[in-house]
Amino acid sequence: MSAAQIIGDWQALVVLFVAGVVPNQIWRMLGLWFGGGIDEGSELLVWVRAVATAILAGVIAQIVVQPPGALASVPDGLRYGAVGAGLVVFLLTRRSIFAGVVAGEVFMLAGKWWLG
Amino acid sequence: MQARQDSSLFGQAPVALPPLDSPQWQSPWRAFGWGLRSITQTILTLVLFATYLGIGALAHDTHFSLLWALCSTLFVWAGPAQIILITTLGSGATVIQSAIAVTVSAIRLFPMVVSVLPLMRTPTTKRGELFFAAHLTAVTLWVECHRFLPQVPRERRIAFVNGLGFGLVSVCLTANTIGYFLAANLTQTLGAAILLLTPLSFLFSTARNSREVADVVALALGVLLYPLAAKMNSGLDILVSGLVAGTIAYGVHWWREVRA
Repeated sequence: MSAAQIIGDWQALVVLFVAGVVPNQIWRMLGLWFGGGIDEGSELLVWVRAVATAILAGVIAQIVVQPPGALASVPDGLRYGAVGAGLVVFLLTRRSIFAGVVAGEVFMLAGKWWLG
Repeated sequence: MQARQDSSLFGQAPVALPPLDSPQWQSPWRAFGWGLRSITQTILTLVLFATYLGIGALAHDTHFSLLWALCSTLFVWAGPAQIILITTLGSGATVIQSAIAVTVSAIRLFPMVVSVLPLMRTPTTKRGELFFAAHLTAVTLWVECHRFLPQVPRERRIAFVNGLGFGLVSVCLTANTIGYFLAANLTQTLGAAILLLTPLSFLFSTARNSREVADVVALALGVLLYPLAAKMNSGLDILVSGLVAGTIAYGVHWWREVRA
């Protein structure tokens, strides 16, 4: 691996700052400054939380549906099957994150091995 | 409110911390040390490790540098935001589009900070002393604060949280580095397995934190609507599916409240 790969270019770090660091710190610092007067259970925050959860859900779907890099080498059906198998085990084990993740991974690896 | 359920749901032994009146708590550095040590007391450390292993691999496979990945962990410190940033930028979105998606996803940090900081505040606490605690606040720290802090003397809680956060950040930086190098050197199948860690761990940890109907609906609809939104090819797929699914989920919540 080259030094360029490890360090990268400064433009990418500027993008990280603009699109990553600032959008997160804004909310944390607003919480720090104005936190006292906000009702945690207010209707606005319920909606905000629902939208934020759905955005995260969309990202999860994006990684599975339009996979990056090495994950694209796994056939569609196998990726969906792995998530499905993980979900079933997660629910059966009374919502164990660990069991769900392991089951999904095992399903994917076993499927890859089976398909050759 | 929710944290109490969390610790019991995880079925873990009570936290092994010194009693509140122990001399162990007299020094802030000791309190920092207890916070640091507490990362071994939670399964969430393992989940974080797996998640950040995945983020490191994802950064590699979407052609970001290792330094970039480490800086994102250190300065963004929010797994979902980092994934959104990497996947949107990696799939050709503009900086503005990514920034909007990340900003919306990060709104949830606001109520977390609002609810967690009062746990550490004393009448003499200055705002600046809470800066690092605010920066370190993300879902894991938020859950763990509700679990650990009742067993930490109030005047030592900031030091404790700084130690806990420092420990968690260190674990994640290590995981990023390992994930990045694994993605570079592993066979394609094992590389795919590491990338798959990210959606799996986020799906299940979010499902776990979903206690209200609105959360469950938002998660399920958000997953299902994304492929539809992606067909529109607007570059704002994630925002569109997120806003629609989230608003429907809120509608369900509102409808239940009205009927109740």
